[in-house]
Amino acid sequence: MSEIHHHILSVLVQNRPGVLARLSGLFARRGYNIFSLAVAPAEQDGFSRITIVVDLEVTSLEQIVKQLFKLVEVVKISELDPRSSVERELLLATIRATGDKRGQVVELVNIFEGKILAVGVEAITVSLDGHPDKLDDFVELLTEYGIVEMQRTGRVALPKLERLAKLDRKVG
Amino acid sequence: MKITGAQALIRSLEMEQVETIFGLPGGCILPAYDPLLDSPIRHILVRHEQGAGHMAEGYAHVTGRPGVVLVTSGPAATNMVTPLMDAYMDSIPMVCITGQVPTTAIGTDAFQECDTVGITRSTTKHNELVMTAQDLPMAVRQAFHIATTGRPGPTLIDVPKDVLTNTMDWYWPSDEEVIDSLPGYRPTTKGHPRMIKEAAKLILSSERPVLYVGGGVLKARAAEALRELAELTGIHVVTTLMARGAFPDDHPLCLGMPGMHGNATAVTAMQRSDLLVALGARFDDRITGKIPNFAPDAKVIHVDIDPAEQGKVRKPDVPIVGDCKLVIEELIKAIKDLLQGGTVQADISAWKSRISGWQEQFPLHYEPSEPGEALKPQFCLEQLRDNAPEGTILVSGVGQHQMWSSQYWKFNEPYTWVNSGGLGTMGFCVPAAIGAKVGCPDRTVWAVDGDGCFQMTAQELVTASVERIPIKVAILNNSYLGMVRQWQEMFYDERYSEVYLSPEVPDFVKWAEAMGCVGIRVDSPEEVQPAIDKANSVDDRPVVVDFRVDAREKVFPMVPAGFSNDDLLLPGAQQANRGALK
Repeated sequence: MSEIHHHILSVLVQNRPGVLARLSGLFARRGYNIFSLAVAPAEQDGFSRITIVVDLEVTSLEQIVKQLFKLVEVVKISELDPRSSVERELLLATIRATGDKRGQVVELVNIFEGKILAVGVEAITVSLDGHPDKLDDFVELLTEYGIVEMQRTGRVALPKLERLAKLDRKVG
Repeated sequence: MKITGAQALIRSLEMEQVETIFGLPGGCILPAYDPLLDSPIRHILVRHEQGAGHMAEGYAHVTGRPGVVLVTSGPAATNMVTPLMDAYMDSIPMVCITGQVPTTAIGTDAFQECDTVGITRSTTKHNELVMTAQDLPMAVRQAFHIATTGRPGPTLIDVPKDVLTNTMDWYWPSDEEVIDSLPGYRPTTKGHPRMIKEAAKLILSSERPVLYVGGGVLKARAAEALRELAELTGIHVVTTLMARGAFPDDHPLCLGMPGMHGNATAVTAMQRSDLLVALGARFDDRITGKIPNFAPDAKVIHVDIDPAEQGKVRKPDVPIVGDCKLVIEELIKAIKDLLQGGTVQADISAWKSRISGWQEQFPLHYEPSEPGEALKPQFCLEQLRDNAPEGTILVSGVGQHQMWSSQYWKFNEPYTWVNSGGLGTMGFCVPAAIGAKVGCPDRTVWAVDGDGCFQMTAQELVTASVERIPIKVAILNNSYLGMVRQWQEMFYDERYSEVYLSPEVPDFVKWAEAMGCVGIRVDSPEEVQPAIDKANSVDDRPVVVDFRVDAREKVFPMVPAGFSNDDLLLPGAQQANRGALK
């Protein structure tokens, strides 16, 4: 994944029916690209935080932020520069691991500080959380053994404490 | 006090000071129509829901108050999609209430069920499915608040049938409660003082400035402030299709409409300017032509209440987010302060004489018909204009007749021009004119329509007759989809594909009469004046005048789509002098 065109938006929204459809509809309608998306309730009751990784190849970040902000349920948008934010992502993968290969896969999981969640006759299921770049590296190395199934959550992010987000819009 | 959701809905509309609703009942909205019988609100029963939507738009255009629509679920909701989108594109305040199948039936593909909030999500400023009767007053308050504040637009409330029949404890949320319930909705109205000062300096130091006025000035009710700004600085004004009337056409500083079919002076003044002061305008492609070639030497001050318009098309040098009226008033103060402090405005006299030179050389022009020749549409408009009573409101559909209307009418008062600008909705004219007449019953309302457009929504003249809404319709009938014909003639080697309607059917006079209107047919120039006199004298029913006009007539000037405004095509006689526009 090339970091150059990707930007992270942390969007605080009122947790109301249809808010995710509204947001994704806006992206589709205006031709903006979503690289990944993660949604969960925020610290405050009645609000959710949506972490969107946007692809900026065709659109300016400024337009995306302004259009998003027009949605009535969007309360706050923080633009998180990857250099000044902490990011995490979770990966689950089932990897082919028969006979002599099993030891190698287990070793790889240990090196990356992942966890083995389930063991079958011909495959094992592992989990790994961490910076998305670390997950990328892990996936690259696993590919050799054969990934049967994989699911990544998409990244979540918060601003680093020492350097707050560049663009921080709050209303009210 | 316990009342039903339906009673709460109607009472909420009364609390919002709604006087007129445009609508048509059906299964799921039925409960709401019962308390309506006991309400002072006037309900206008339309013949098609799209008509209700455009009526609400026409009403909102001329009154500045939100148009209100009440329709049922399913097909009624889908019929509202076009007017909602039209209102969204042109920033018209409108509140649409749709019925929905009972909450227990939602998602079961019930009779007349559709995903109304899903379908209208991208055609409204905001929409909401109300799931309990208790929430109705707040939903109504939010819908009106969102529709009428910030950049206005349409909102929709979808109300399931059981929400209307269930009971609730009546309450009316306070302003504060409404605002607190919408923490993400805080429109900026006051411009940034530093930016305003910056703008004032730039205005005073520019040698070739133009005030580029869009519909936002009308929405902000800023026509008076605009006039003061123009007169204070002596800067010329162009009014876009959405802003016609925001600045009087008979004012010496008015250049009229710019854009694809704008007049040569308005188009060229923008092209050659060194400063565009965009006020509530959005740099639409019909204004800019080819964007990289648009006003290449101009700096831009962009005043708009919608932050997303800043830099969407053209990067402004001075962006000002705020309400046009408040910002223009502050701008005037800032300019006066600078002038009092000794700043001298740059000399714009050379620029003004260039502009008046263009005005002299490139007026709007058409070849009048020789005796015995077909009637010219522009001539009909001139006659309509010159015979229109004071304060007449002009409404148009979409196409050639719309452009001629904007070009040849003289709009000297705001809110006297109603049309579908952004979406370009054929069929807008007749219902929008009805809505305008309901909003301003004491004014004459002329609807100038094309024969293609008219046939899309003409049935609403039945509504107008039955409800005693005496609008006047002038059909500029060339038996063609005229604008498409013009493009096929000019850009498709005169290969006319599916644009010829029929000169015989329908018989517009008979059709008008069948709908309870007076019908008049006009074939020759001599018949124009008597027909207009007769139409103007009828005040107890709608009138339809079928002007049979020359199909060969084209709208000029014209900037072909995708071309630069410098490539403006002029009427034949003026082409030879086009070098003067450099």
